[in-house]
Amino acid sequence: MASRLVNWFKFSSPATFYPLARKIAVVSTIIAVVLIAIGLYMSFFVAPTDYKQGEGYRIIFVHVPASWMSMFIYVVMAGWAALGLIFNTRLSAMMAQSLAPTGAMFAFLSLWTGSFWGKPMWGTWWVWDARITSELILLFLYLGYMALRSAIDDPRRGDRASAILLLVGVVNIPIIYYSVQWWNTLHQGSTIKFNEESSMDDTMLITMLIMTFGFWAYSIAVSMVRVRAVILERERSSSWVREQLGAET
Amino acid sequence: MAEFFDMGGYALYVWGSFGATALCMIAEPLLLRGRSQQIRRRIARMVRLEQEVKHEGQA
Repeated sequence: MASRLVNWFKFSSPATFYPLARKIAVVSTIIAVVLIAIGLYMSFFVAPTDYKQGEGYRIIFVHVPASWMSMFIYVVMAGWAALGLIFNTRLSAMMAQSLAPTGAMFAFLSLWTGSFWGKPMWGTWWVWDARITSELILLFLYLGYMALRSAIDDPRRGDRASAILLLVGVVNIPIIYYSVQWWNTLHQGSTIKFNEESSMDDTMLITMLIMTFGFWAYSIAVSMVRVRAVILERERSSSWVREQLGAET
Repeated sequence: MAEFFDMGGYALYVWGSFGATALCMIAEPLLLRGRSQQIRRRIARMVRLEQEVKHEGQA
């Protein structure tokens, strides 16, 4: 038990995590490219035409994965924030920091693709519906987190302040998730249900899951590359960064 | 082929969604790569300058 704890804390040091992050990034990039390629092929050539929405429903294959990732990344960031506050590890805050732009991008894409789906199906680009509004708040939480971080000069203080913002904002995640049940909304109910059979064709479901795992691997790859940049920037006065970069030139 | 791109009349919406997603997911890694290289170069330059100053001090 004790040795296991030591092992985990070993990787909480930025210096040991830096080379590991590169390996994770390479593997995830390969997985992401393969899955997204398969997912795109299935999105257009394998998944059948929807009986109600025709070809227009194919937006689901980017809309749902992007929306899930926007929520999932936020929860992961909040988890890192909590770890950082409890154990006072620098790397936790760096991980949260590295995920934020990708999460914000997926929140934006969720709203964008939703808008492009809403126009032909509901006849409007935008509506202040519970789910859409709470997803917009999620985008603002990401932007607020990034703005707060960069507004505080002392990085460690910035870590703590922004960690608290992240933890408070978690309340929005169940609101997004359950909004279609709690309120009478224009947005349709969940496509995937855990307690009953999904209201979806199997091929469509598999395609959506493949795209989701592809987006997931993409997020891991991008955040690992970004955390390496963040580590270098924040640890630039430490001797290992100097050796690493001094040796390269 | 034209039929494929027409997406049963939903071309604008389908390609508008997939296009924006593709654009973002290609742009983000490219911008990130540029930023990483910039940081590495800046820190390497800083290290080099400091070493030069140190050597001059010793001479």
